[in-house]
This record gives sequence, C-alpha cells and structure tokens, in this order.
Amino acid sequence: MDYVRIALPKGRLLSATACLLKETELEFKDYIQDTRAYRLKSTKFPYLSAKIFQEKDIPIQVAVGNYDLGICSLDWVEELLAKYLTSALLKVADLEYGKGNLYLAASRYGSISSPRELSTGQYSWRIVTEYPNLAEITALNLRLRRFRIFPVWGAAEVYPPENADLALLWAKDESEIRAQSLIPLKTLLSSNAFLIANQESWQTKNVSQVIAYFSKGLEMTNKPWLKIKPDLVKSSNSFRPDFNEEKVWLALPDGHQQTPTLEFLNKTDLKLQGYSEDNLNRRPLPNLDWVNVKVIRPQDMPLQVANGNFDLAITGKDWLLDHLCRFPSSPVTELADLGFGQVKVVAVVSQNLPVTNIGQLQQVQDSKASPLRVASEYINIADKYLRDNHISRYKLIPTWGASEAFLPEDADLLIENTQTGKTLAKHNLKIMETILQSTACLIGNKNSLESSKKKRLASMVKIFRRAVESK
Amino acid sequence: MTRQKCKGARDLLPKDTETFRYIEDIFRRYCLSWGYQEVRTPTLEYLYLFTAAGTLTPNMLGKVYSFLDWDGWSGERVVLRPDGTIPVARLYIENLSQQEIARLFYVTNVFAFEDTGKENRERWQYGVELIGSDKPASDVELILLAIEILRNLGINDAQIQLSHTGVLKALLNELNLNPDEETRLLDQILDGNWQVLTKAKPINSEIGRLISLFLDLRGKTSGFLENLKALPQIPVALKPALDNFSEIASFLDALGCNYQIDITSTRGFEYYTGLSFQFSVKGEKVGSGGRYDNLIPLLGGKNTPACGFALYVDPLANLIQPQAKQKTGQGILVRYDKMTPASAKTSFQLAQSLRQAGYVTELDFSGRRSDWRWIIAIQEKPPSFLVIDQARNQKKEASSITDAIKMVGNSA
Repeated sequence: MDYVRIALPKGRLLSATACLLKETELEFKDYIQDTRAYRLKSTKFPYLSAKIFQEKDIPIQVAVGNYDLGICSLDWVEELLAKYLTSALLKVADLEYGKGNLYLAASRYGSISSPRELSTGQYSWRIVTEYPNLAEITALNLRLRRFRIFPVWGAAEVYPPENADLALLWAKDESEIRAQSLIPLKTLLSSNAFLIANQESWQTKNVSQVIAYFSKGLEMTNKPWLKIKPDLVKSSNSFRPDFNEEKVWLALPDGHQQTPTLEFLNKTDLKLQGYSEDNLNRRPLPNLDWVNVKVIRPQDMPLQVANGNFDLAITGKDWLLDHLCRFPSSPVTELADLGFGQVKVVAVVSQNLPVTNIGQLQQVQDSKASPLRVASEYINIADKYLRDNHISRYKLIPTWGASEAFLPEDADLLIENTQTGKTLAKHNLKIMETILQSTACLIGNKNSLESSKKKRLASMVKIFRRAVESK
Repeated sequence: MTRQKCKGARDLLPKDTETFRYIEDIFRRYCLSWGYQEVRTPTLEYLYLFTAAGTLTPNMLGKVYSFLDWDGWSGERVVLRPDGTIPVARLYIENLSQQEIARLFYVTNVFAFEDTGKENRERWQYGVELIGSDKPASDVELILLAIEILRNLGINDAQIQLSHTGVLKALLNELNLNPDEETRLLDQILDGNWQVLTKAKPINSEIGRLISLFLDLRGKTSGFLENLKALPQIPVALKPALDNFSEIASFLDALGCNYQIDITSTRGFEYYTGLSFQFSVKGEKVGSGGRYDNLIPLLGGKNTPACGFALYVDPLANLIQPQAKQKTGQGILVRYDKMTPASAKTSFQLAQSLRQAGYVTELDFSGRRSDWRWIIAIQEKPPSFLVIDQARNQKKEASSITDAIKMVGNSA
C-alpha cells in the first residue's frame, strides 16, 4: 500500500466529513471542530495521514500534488477549473453531503429581476463574489456588456443593492437566498462535498484501499453524516435599503477585529445597535441618521473604498498595504491610526531551515531546481517583498487562513501576521523578518473627500480622531 | 538545459523572421498600391470591447488573456488583443469616423489560450479592413486583394470558400427558437459544430428540407444561389441576404474567380453579418474574412458598414520559399587579429566603405570561419589587406581600401 496524504476541510463541512470518516474506519485523531492540530494521523492505518485546510485551499493543494486526495465542496473545485482548466484534478466521488448551490443573485430591492436584463445597456455591473473566476465566466456567458468583479473574502450577501448590483454566492437553497433579501437569477451549479484526487497520484499510486472505504460508506443504507446539520448557518437579513447618495457609507469589520472595534466605538459619539459579537447584524443601526453601516470582511475594505462602494472603513494597515501593493494608484488613503489591533506582518520559515534572512534563503534556494514556494494571505505584499529582494523564481500560493499549517511540507516561506509569535513558535516556525507593524486604521477615498459629502466625511473623521486622542 | 520560454510562446529565429518579413513586405506593397493605409493598435485593450453580444463567441472569450492592470482597482479588466478587427474598429470610431471610406491594414499579433501548450498562444496575422462601404463590390475587392497577395507569394492554388452569415441567421430565425437558444446555436455553429443545426432542424418539414439544401450541397457559381432563390418554399426573410450573396457571386463569376459556396465554412466570429469567406491551401486555412456591418454601431460608433479579412502568417510561412534566400555567400567578413586602436580604425573604415559599395559586411574579432564568400583580413604590415575569395579559393593582396574593394568587385 502506498503512502496516502489527504487534505481535509475546516469549517462548514468538518462535522459531516468527520462522521463519514469515522463510519468508514478512516477516522483521524483530533479531526474535530475548533481543533488546534493541523497534521492528523489515521487511528488505524499507518500509511494514511491528513492535514486540515480552509476548504478553498484544498483543490489547489491537491492540484499541485501536495496531497493525493482531498475533500471539499464542488464549488471550490469548479472555481479553480474555471480559470485553470488544465489543473491536474480528478473529481472522484460525490459524497452527497453539504448540499447547496451557487447562485447569481440580485437584491429584491434593486431593479434587476431576470438575467436577460443584464445584457443590455452600457452600465457596468458590479459583481461581488468569493468566486471571481466563475463570476467572470458567468458574466461572459450572459453576454454582459460591461462588468466589474469585486472578489471578496466573505459576506457577499450583504453588498446588494446599495454597494453592488449582483452577488455570486453559495447557499443551501433558494429560500436561504431569499432570506437574505436576494432574488436568485440563475443557478450556476449544485455542489456537494466531493472526494477529489491528484491526477498524477491517481495514475501512479495505489490508493485503492482508501477509495474502497469511501465506496463502502457511499453504499451504506444508513448514512448518519447526511443528517448532520451544517455548522454554519447564515442569519437572515431583513432591512430597508438606503439609496440616499448624500449619506456616508461606513464599513466595519467582522471576525477578530470586531471586539476591539466595538470597544473603540464605545468611546466615540457613534453608537450602534446590532454590532455585538453574539448576535451579528450585518447592517447595524447607527445613532447618526446621516450614516449607513455595513459589517464586512476587513480584507475586502480597501477595494470597496477605492471603488466608492463605501466611503470610510475600519480595517488594518496590513490590508491597506496589500491593496496598495497591487494597485499603487488607488485613491484609498489612511485617515486615522486607531491604535488597536496590533499585529506584525512577518516572513516566516521552518525552525529546521538554517537561514536567518531572505538573502540566505535565496542562496539555499539557488541550489535547488524548483522555485521557492511562498504561502500567504497577503499575496500582494508577498509578491512585492519577493520582487524587492530579487528572488528569481518563486510560486505564490494564496491561502485563506491557517497558513502556518503550510510549512514546511507545502511551502518554504510564509508571509503571515502574528500578534505575539507564540502560535508560530508552537508550530516549529521562526520569524525571519518583520515586514510591517500593523494597527487598525480608518481609511477613506481621496476623491470622495472632495465630493459633495465632504462635510459629513470630515465630521465622521473628526469623531474617530477625537476618540484616538482621548486615550 | 532547462527551457525558460513560456509555454505556448514562440521565438522567431532569423530564418523565421526572414520569411515573416518577406510575406509582410509583399502584403504591405499590395495593400499600399490598392490605397490602404497602415495602422497599429495597442496590445492591451479593455475587455468590454470584446464582450458585447455580436462580437466574439463565448468559446473565444473563454480563452482571452484578461487581467487587472496596476490601476485596475475599479475591476475593469484589460486583455491582450484577442482579435485584430475589433481594435481597428475602435481606432476608426475614435479617430477616423469623419472619413467616408477608410481603407486600413495592419500587421499584428493576437493572443488566445490553447490548453495543450503545443500550439502557439500568440499568432501573427496580416489584416485588411474596408470601412464605410456596403456595396457588394467592396466584398469583391477584398477577395481580389487577398488573391493578388497570395499569388505574389507564389500561392496559385488557394481555394476560396464563400458563406453568408445573413443567410445563416435568416435560416436560424426560421426555426423559431427563443433568442437565448438561437444565440447558443449560432455560437456552437461558429465554433464549428454544424451538427447542432442538423439536430435542431425539424424532420420532414419544409424548413428541415430547406436547411438540408443549404447545408448539404456545395455550389460553384451564382447559379446555385439563384436556384435556391427560385425554390417555392423559400421564406421572404431569406431573400435580401440571398440577393446580396448572389450579387457578390455574380461579380466574382464575371471576374473569372473560382470559388465554392459552402454555408458551413463560416467560423469563429459572431460579428459577421453578411458575406464571409475563407482561403485554404491543400486543406489548410490561410486566411478568412467577412462583412461586419453591426460591429461599429455595437462599439458605440455611427452606423457604418464594413468588411475585412486577415491572412494567417504561420500556415503561410510553411508554404513559402522566400526568394531572398541566396543572400548566403554574397557578403564579406572583415577580420583583424591584432587588437590595436589603429587596426580597429582601419577595419571599421573598410567595413563602412564596403557597405557604401553595397556589400553586406560583418566584422570578426576572433578568427572564426565564415560562410561569406569573401574574407578581407587586415594585416599588421603592408600590403595591409589580404582578400580571400572562398568561392574560387583565391588569395590576393591589396595595399589600400580602394584596391581591396576593386578586387572584390572584379571577382564578383
């Protein structure tokens, strides 16, 4: 039996996947929700190991051959194939759980009710999505005359109608789409969890025993994993849209940055109803009637502000820099350093690697035929860092979180954020260089600061600056 | 050695470039003599120029190189030019639309992804556009110009196939499909999948039989089109397109130009509206063109009829023996062994004089062998020049630059 590596999903599919593996005797130790482990060992088979990834990373990891097999939802496979149709990926089996669809949807409060209305006129449709490759193909097939795709890390459902015209997003079914006050215009594909394989592994290795266990599971009459409710359910979202163009649109962060942002806002004159962690409303109500607020991912804010979809946003300097590395002429600018949310963006390598700086890493790399593999959430910062250091051949591996799991097997260098460095040390990693000291900041658009809203924007900025100074 | 060239990319070596230039020179010469003017468009264009319905098929759009520019934060994508005609139409709208007629030509590369990596993803073409005329004679002019260029390249056996997108679209219309289905069917047909039409046609119906008459037979004169026009079941909607097709064909008949009418020969471009034609040599397609009356208004210009064609450089290059090949042996190598300021000066002066006298002259600093017919070696002591005629295996000495040039001239 050949040694088999399998990439397993975090998040939404984890519970059902863990149940399937347990029932089919392919159980892995520590493959549980909120696990801190990344590398897993099979409880029964010494030839079988696994690593946990964000679902979106799995097709890429399997396609490049770091893993022989993987489990992820079909939508992420299709997203990869939409752009890279020659990827060495095989869809081996439909695992039947995690059912859902990819929809192209518009707001029920907007003016679009069928896809045919999209192909006329000169208007440039704004599409937000976590699936930019599929979105481009969809837009081309629908013969949209002009369109702009805004890739987002999440919360696509909250953008329409005011901050985008269309969202391309995953949902369990149409009713879940409608609960977000959206209308499904087109179902692009239905996607279950799939077992996928690397083509080369499939052609050269014997993985039959593992496949046989999956087949056994699929033939069982009682499939308990199909009954497991998904771990993540989108809250429904009812609201009145606001198209008043004189109002200030403010974007606030979800995730890790939410609690410190809330603490900070408590010191300002901007009070919000519904921006607490236990019950997240993506459209919290502000006490100022000239302000509209949406809660989105901090990663997505610079691009949104650049395009005028939002006027102001609280994000991190790390994400602002990443945006500016990609688009040097972007009109986004930092308006206030808010001081909290301190992290460092660092270049990280394995403890086992005898290098202390990028120059030495380059030398080690020069002796190898293969390019340096660099994993990062900050692909544009990473790209610039490598260019500036004259690394001649490198491959960027974009990641969607949990990047520390990539070293040393699946990447040589990591560009990652860290607060204390403890997590990195625990994973046997060391910091080679600090690229950026980041804190939370208020960002705005240079052009909108000169617009008819400029007085209101100035008052808003003042509210934030006052709170910074009062500390 | 590891290969560092991009997959699907191509180096043009000296012999390739020589052939390309040879074809290009003939192409340019005839275009200019027919009153066409050369233009160049940028390699980068906005994607939306190519995405409107009626421009490129989704299959072609799925292979474009599109990306965000460094200032692409607005999400507006740019592409590496996937087609030659659309950028020229844009150039016309933005700069030349006050001209009643614009006769334009260009030499350009176009980019399309090809997934095996064995074929070229960057291809060269020579294009001609005649903008502003809807007269059948302009379609004929383009066909004749293309034929003249091919003949002067030594290609006398090019086959011409004619089709007519207007006829094709009118036929599709008779199937009474909904607009989405019709577009999808047309796209598949343009991608070369004619079977879909055979499948879509109703069996044992007037329209089914009519489609068979159009698709299954190949005509050789305008008579074929007149026969179709005379059929009792011919729908009224087909008549204008058929009239236009037949008129063009009768012009070609009068000019003694042979062709084959094959409705299934049209390919690839959704923007064609009228006559489309292609040229092939021994079964290989070397060029194609057609009428695109709706493209300029679609791109935001005035209602302007236009037609054009492109010749494909790669298949042509394989068919052609450039006449300029005998160059080998007619040049001179100037060689000097001792590197001194004085000998360098003499050798550059000698080479300059030889070039002025009309010889290709190359300098040699390392004493290598050469295929050039003559070698002139500069010696340290007088007589200063040794003239070697490699063709006759003769050596002569000369004391001055003038003498050396005379010696070469006498023996040539």
